[in-house]
Amino acid sequence: MGKLIQEIAKGKVLVSDGAWGTFLQKKGLTPGECPEVWNITRPDDVLDIAQSYIDAGADMIETNSFGGNLYKLKNYGLEHRVFELNKAAAEISRKAAGTDHLVLGSVGPTGKLLLMEEVTEDELYNAFKEQSEALEAGGADAIVIETMTDLEEARIAVKAAKENTACEVICTMTFDKILSGEFRTMMGISPKEMTEVLVEAGASVIGANCGNGIADMIGIVKEIRQVNSSISILIHANAGLPHYCDGETTFPESPTDMASRVKEIIAAGATIIGGCCGTTPDHIFEVRQVVRSI
Amino acid sequence: MNELLTKLAECVEFGKINLASPYPPQMKGQVGADEITRMALEEGIDPQDVLMLGLMPGMERIGVKFRENKVFVPQVLMSAKAMSTALLHLKPHFLSGAAKQKGTFIIGTVLGDLHDIGKNLVGMMVEGNGYKVVDLGTDVGAEKFIAAVKENPDAVVGLSALLTTTMASMEKITKEIKEAIPGTLVTIGGAPVNNDFCAKIGADNYSPDPQGVVEYLNAKIT
Repeated sequence: MGKLIQEIAKGKVLVSDGAWGTFLQKKGLTPGECPEVWNITRPDDVLDIAQSYIDAGADMIETNSFGGNLYKLKNYGLEHRVFELNKAAAEISRKAAGTDHLVLGSVGPTGKLLLMEEVTEDELYNAFKEQSEALEAGGADAIVIETMTDLEEARIAVKAAKENTACEVICTMTFDKILSGEFRTMMGISPKEMTEVLVEAGASVIGANCGNGIADMIGIVKEIRQVNSSISILIHANAGLPHYCDGETTFPESPTDMASRVKEIIAAGATIIGGCCGTTPDHIFEVRQVVRSI
Repeated sequence: MNELLTKLAECVEFGKINLASPYPPQMKGQVGADEITRMALEEGIDPQDVLMLGLMPGMERIGVKFRENKVFVPQVLMSAKAMSTALLHLKPHFLSGAAKQKGTFIIGTVLGDLHDIGKNLVGMMVEGNGYKVVDLGTDVGAEKFIAAVKENPDAVVGLSALLTTTMASMEKITKEIKEAIPGTLVTIGGAPVNNDFCAKIGADNYSPDPQGVVEYLNAKIT
């Protein structure tokens, strides 16, 4: 049993970190620049992000490796640096986490569609294997496969991480509320469908990330709980949908807005709560206060 | 109407590519868009009718179902695949002038953004609705869009973005296109954008779904 699950088994609710992408942009990452390269060229800035979430009270931090798979790195001509960039990502977060906080190695989608035969199952498996192994080598305790919309890609990623590392495997998908009020990923997958497949593939924590704010996440957690009463559920919620004004992107949900829904989402069954796009160390600080008070 | 064309529309709507394709399960073992288009042309059906009465109604039906959240990206992709297979047979007729496309649509994901799923969906849907589509790919700057409009006068331009950070890029590209070639119509789409943003950056249209782009083009290109 991994460290993460041991903590949750004690009945604890854990706090995860907030956004990385939007934080990197605030530090000067430009559109079109490869974020993972910063693990080598600007490690201090990356460490500062990790550290700021630890300081805000997170129990765990992710790594700057969301787009660190072979196919995403290929867009920048960096496909030969998968291992190096992911290992460095995990080492930086490990430095901030020390021995008493957990490091979740971030793995995002490849952007390639199995259905359109842009990639084969074996190719996907190997890409996720390589990335997961590098994150483990850099010191990750768990692999968090996130922002998935295709269940088959998610399943392959979970299997690749589970079968090739000793890390716990977490997988979260991104859901929208459709016209009927139900939740579906872009590829049409419901939280219910996701649950069975990912648990079977070997994920010890499942859940949702991104999306349009924490309020909808409550419904997603409830739907997962309807079909599985024991699986740990992780939620990384956006600070709402972005607004754009005069070249600046802002997110509508303040730290207190987010914190105001935390009790409800825990009551629904969430066991790990953190943020996605637009959330900051202040959001995580407020979430921590609520979790501590329970 | 000719039975083959009715059948072709069904193949496009349900994503039945060819005889060998196992998808969709309820049409397994049947001929698909590939074979039917060939048969129709061999039978002497006007290629224009194959496009307008076979492919387009099928694409329109899947487009509407997608907008209504009755189907999702995979179903639309399969429809688009069936449609592209059929279009291969029509291509010589477009080139010879025996069949005409309604107009030209230039599409690309804006500079700084490498995401192409949404852009591809829109491109395929527009093509299946009878337009020539010039796909400039991802990470496309203003100069490339402008050059494409110069090559294809009167084309409408579609800009796609997934990242909130590349919305600024969309604004810049829209302005530069309109400065370089006044009167060029620009339609935008993608997860972070909406009508307000469209108005703010001076674009002409925002569509939340591919069918909306098709309807916009149908209204603007006559």
